[in-house]
This record gives sequence, structure tokens and C-alpha cells, in this order.
Amino acid sequence: MIPMQKNGPVALLFHTLVVAFVLAPLVVICLVAFTPENTLSIPTTSFSLRWFREIFRHPDFVASFVNSLWLASLAATLSVAISVPAALAIDRYDFPGRNALNALFLSPLIIPHLVLGVAFLRLFALIGATGSFAWLVACHVVVITPYVLRLVMAAFTGLDRSAEQAAMTLGASHWTVFRRVTAPMILPGITGGWLLAFINSFDELTMSIFVTSPQTVTLPVRMYMYATESIDPMMAAVSALMIALTAAAMLVLDRAFGLDKILVGQK
Amino acid sequence: MSVGRSAATPFWLAGPGALLFLGLIVLPLVLTVILSFHAYDHTTGIKNEFILAHYAAVFSDDYYLGIFWRTLRLAALTTLICAVIGAPEAYILSRMRDPWRSVFLLVIIGPLLVSVVVRAFGWSMLLGSTGLVNQSLQAFGFDSVRLLYTETAIVIALVHVMLPFMVIPVWTALQKLDPMVEAAAWSLGASHFTALRRVVLPQVSLGMLSGSLIVFGLSASAFAIPGLLGGRRLKMAATLVYDEYMHELNWPLGATIAIIVLAANLVIMLAYNRVVETRARKALG
Repeated sequence: MIPMQKNGPVALLFHTLVVAFVLAPLVVICLVAFTPENTLSIPTTSFSLRWFREIFRHPDFVASFVNSLWLASLAATLSVAISVPAALAIDRYDFPGRNALNALFLSPLIIPHLVLGVAFLRLFALIGATGSFAWLVACHVVVITPYVLRLVMAAFTGLDRSAEQAAMTLGASHWTVFRRVTAPMILPGITGGWLLAFINSFDELTMSIFVTSPQTVTLPVRMYMYATESIDPMMAAVSALMIALTAAAMLVLDRAFGLDKILVGQK
Repeated sequence: MSVGRSAATPFWLAGPGALLFLGLIVLPLVLTVILSFHAYDHTTGIKNEFILAHYAAVFSDDYYLGIFWRTLRLAALTTLICAVIGAPEAYILSRMRDPWRSVFLLVIIGPLLVSVVVRAFGWSMLLGSTGLVNQSLQAFGFDSVRLLYTETAIVIALVHVMLPFMVIPVWTALQKLDPMVEAAAWSLGASHFTALRRVVLPQVSLGMLSGSLIVFGLSASAFAIPGLLGGRRLKMAATLVYDEYMHELNWPLGATIAIIVLAANLVIMLAYNRVVETRARKALG
């Protein structure tokens, strides 16, 4: 009989404190968002949705939210469009510069977003692209592609090649094999990569704050600017909405792939 | 094993992405390095003269050295606290049973996906002068303390944001550890503490090391946390770069500091790769 490996009371107390520490700011945000008061306070007697309604009286916040949704969807989609063929090339072919290419695609993980932000700003100032939405999308594609590439590569590596070979033997063309056999098998990796890329793009602040113009301000940048000026319960309402959105995406990711698998190794 | 028909196929497949990355990673970084050597004049702007003055200024001026010193100090403190909290937490998680194990793993690493602005804002509400922490202190009869816009606030929030990066590698290392080995140590008469120290700790120390390097690198270049919890006065490297760019408009000086941050970060990440490679070699051997 193996002795039971159980956590003692001290370990469980420690664990409770850590969980409380991790959840405290998120719980406080979600509570304060429902306050009926004018100040940041935890509602005690009644709950109110007035600060959620207040968001819609700030067209700049609504515009930034819509802008961020478009930006994240476009960037995640383009990133998948780049990552799938790139992963195919890196996984299936041996060619000169293969390792260098892999390192180039993963390099945004080791360059601080701050540095990427100032670097993009310099490039845009020189080519006259400051404030362009298309270039902002391109920046986000670069930042989120490593996450997509990793998940798509993992999907390719774990792939059983015999189905592809069978299709090939039966006379299917390369394109047909990819479309009818390979793509359905790597679809979970692609979906997971897209969602993770979407969240990362939607949350990105440090790089975006350097390259957004008043017309292309994203939601995190708007929130940061607002929070440095004033703190009121509306910020809590916006934050609570963002937490809800993230939690929904997280549950989907966890159900589909296991969040621990996706996040392990993520920067 | 190649399925391709010609040697050019991989280049067609990876080409578009490679071009985008060359144009948006390599080129802008090179331009920024060049920018950091440009002279700057407050009335005429960036000048076409090449000088080393910005690097000399950053490394000799007490103002900048003070900010670099604070950045290193707070990043090191954050790393230490993350290791002290994160490693035992990962160990406790690994000894739990499902469903608790998956639920709490999700609770600990899930916040990674919540925007850092949101988390920083949550802490600024908790630590403010009328925040929950001060309210509970007063309820217990203590004096209220000034927490917001102090280094303490920055470290608390940084630990909160960085904790998952410590838990994940330690957790991964623990997954590879056979629980029977620890049980074997007990049955051979080792105390729980000895088993922990002599059997478990050596296995997770590499995980802790790689976690520490990531936490340190990310903390030292963190922007939103010092920006929202340090206020205007308490600057760290990233907020200093932002101020040079957006308020002082001295881009060459901002570029200089950014390049220094990048260089320091690359050194840390190279060390991290060494650690991971060592671990991979050990796992194979």
C-alpha cells in the first residue's frame, strides 16, 4: 500500500491564501461594477447596472471596443493564414535556413513589447504609416503569430500521416489531401491558436500604446489612458465586461484543449 | 519524407510570413538602433549627426541610473516572492485530486488571459487610500497605510501578474516526477521534510530557475503595472521610455533606453534557453 499523498492543513491554508490573492482584484472589480454609488465602493444594500449603462454614454469607449474586436479578429485570422503554411514548411521540409526561420517566427516572444512598440513607431514615422489601422493589424499579427504557430506545429507533429498517404495512394492531389484530410485533423490546433491569438491581441497594451492614433485607439489603451486620469466605477464596469469575455473564451479553450496544455510555455 | 515536388515549395509556404517578420521585426529594430545614435535638439528635433551621447548620458546620469536600479531591484524582489509562493503552490496543486486539481490550476493560471490593465486597475482599487485593504486595517483598529503609488504596490501587482509564469514550469517539472519516488524515500525512513528537500527539490529546481528568468525578464520590462500603480513619480524602465517618447519627445534617448532593455532581456532569454537545453539533455541522458 502506497502512503497517501495528501496536503496537510498548513498546505491547504497556504493554498487558500494564494487563491484569495489571485482572485481578490478580479472579484473586487466584479463587485464594484455593480455599485449604485458615485464612488468606488462595494455594494452592500443594493445592486445597480448604472455604471454599465454609463459605458454606452461614452462613445469613445464603445468605438474602442468595436475597434479592438475588429483588430483582434483580423489579426488572429491573418496570423492563422500565415502560420499554417509556415508550420507546414517547418514541419515537413528540410531546407536551408529552417532553424533561423523558426527562430524569426518565435522572436516576438523574447522581445519586450515595449521595444516592439518603439521600433514600430520609428518605422511608421519614416514610411508615413502613423495612425493607419492596416499597419496596426500587421503589428498585432507579428506579436500573436508565435502563439498560433506553436499550437499549429504541435497539431502537425501529433498527426498520423497514414491517412494522408492512403489518400495520396488513391490518387488525390496534394491540395485535395490537405483540404480533405490534413486540414480537418489540425482544425483543433487552428481553432485553439486563433482563440489564443484573439485574446492576446485584444488584451495587448504595451506595444499598441505606441502605435495607435486617436482614431485607432484600442480598448486596453483607452482604459489605460482613462485610469491614469481618473478612477471611477465605470472603469470597474468595463473591466468586469472584459473579465466576462475572457472567462468565456477561457472556458471554450479549456473544454476543447485543456488550458494547462495551451498555456504551458506561453510567455 | 518530404512530400514536396520541388525545393522551392517550403519557401512559397513560409515566404509571406518570413517577409512580414523581416519587415516588421528586423527592419524596425535596426532603425531603432540607428535612431539611438542620432543627436537630438529640443527645438529642432532629431538631427542627422551620429553620437554616443545618449548612451553616455543614460549610464552617467543619476536620474536614469536610479530608475534602472529600481527596475532591477523590484524585478528581483518580484522574482524572489514568485518563487517562494509559486513553487510550493505548484507542489500543493500537484498533490490534489481531480476535479480540484484542474479547477485550481485554472484559477491560478487563468488570470494570465485577463488584460493586465484590468488586473492593475483591480489592485489600484484594493490598495487605494479608501480601498479594501485600508478599510480592513481600520476595522481592526490599525492606522491606514499609504500603499498606492509606492514600490510595495508595484511589487504586489507584479507578483500577481507573474505568478502563473512561475507555477507553470514548476508544475511541468513536477508532472515528470514519479510520486512513487517520494513514497520510496518515506518508506526508506526519510522524513517528509528530507524527502521534499532531497528528492522533490532537485527535480523542480530547474523549473524554478527557468520560471525565475521569465518572471525577471517580464517584470523588468513591465509597463502597465508601474504606470498605474507607481503613479507619475515612481518610474521603471518601460514607463521611462514611454515618457521620453510621448512627453519629452526625445525619441533618440527613448530608443537608447529601449535598446538597453532589449539587450538585457536577450541576455536573460539566452540564459533561459541554456537552462531548457540542459534540462532536455538530462531528460534524454
